Amino acid sequence: MDASIEGHRGKPFRLVVEEGKVREFARAVKSSNPAYVGEGPQATSPATFLASSAFWQGPEHSPWGDAALNWERILHGEQEFVFPGPPPAAGRELTAEARIDRVYEKEGKRGGAMTFVELVTEYRDASGTVVAESRSTIIETSQAPGS
Amino acid sequence: MELDVGAEGPTWEDGPLTVTDFVRYQGASGDMNPIHHDTEFARKAGFPMPFAVGMRQAGVLASWAADWLGPENVRRFKVQWREQAWPGDVLTYSGAVTALREEAGQHLVDIEMTVTRQTGGTHLRGWATFAVPA
Repeated sequence: MDASIEGHRGKPFRLVVEEGKVREFARAVKSSNPAYVGEGPQATSPATFLASSAFWQGPEHSPWGDAALNWERILHGEQEFVFPGPPPAAGRELTAEARIDRVYEKEGKRGGAMTFVELVTEYRDASGTVVAESRSTIIETSQAPGS
Repeated sequence: MELDVGAEGPTWEDGPLTVTDFVRYQGASGDMNPIHHDTEFARKAGFPMPFAVGMRQAGVLASWAADWLGPENVRRFKVQWREQAWPGDVLTYSGAVTALREEAGQHLVDIEMTVTRQTGGTHLRGWATFAVPA
């Protein structure tokens, strides 16, 4: 892992919190809470819903750039979401930007260096206020986790 | 709602997990990594079979916490993955209040959560903060 990717940013992207996607996501995470799947308007989205946003963007929105990642050795170690207020409701239009916030190494318990990459995505509303932040900690191990 | 330190949320059971559960989450989230549904792919990567999508169980844990403390009240939600979960697993979702705080006039509740496999092994640990009405 090339530590120089620290600070890299993806191009900001537009994201609409869609009602149908919220409903589908809530069902997939076993929720029947009326806040997500009721007949009325959705007042909020599930706490981990925004994790899905990265999978629908183009490569220009990814902060990884040309970084060579060995996906067989990648683990998703930790995931955090922070909301200054309620999570965004269906219908909200957000602008998101992802960045590589930190790259650091640690010695693994079973030997071999592990590289930690903290990927932060900020989600802002039309006024520019941050309404959600996602922090993913990705771990690159010295050998494939399945081996 | 009794929200003293140590108060526990109602435990959930989820399972036995199926590959269909994983695929449903993968379709909803857009994460189509074949290691969670393609047996041949998983074996080539050194696993006996496809394993559960970690973010799915993080999401179920968030659903559990939202039913307990309110979907609109969540202000922070964090998970760390420990051992993998597999098809056939029955997972238990539980958690308890660890602190009650006040910050900028808001009543905050900190909780710690765990998702445990039927073997007793820990699949994931979680921490969350909810802002609750006084």
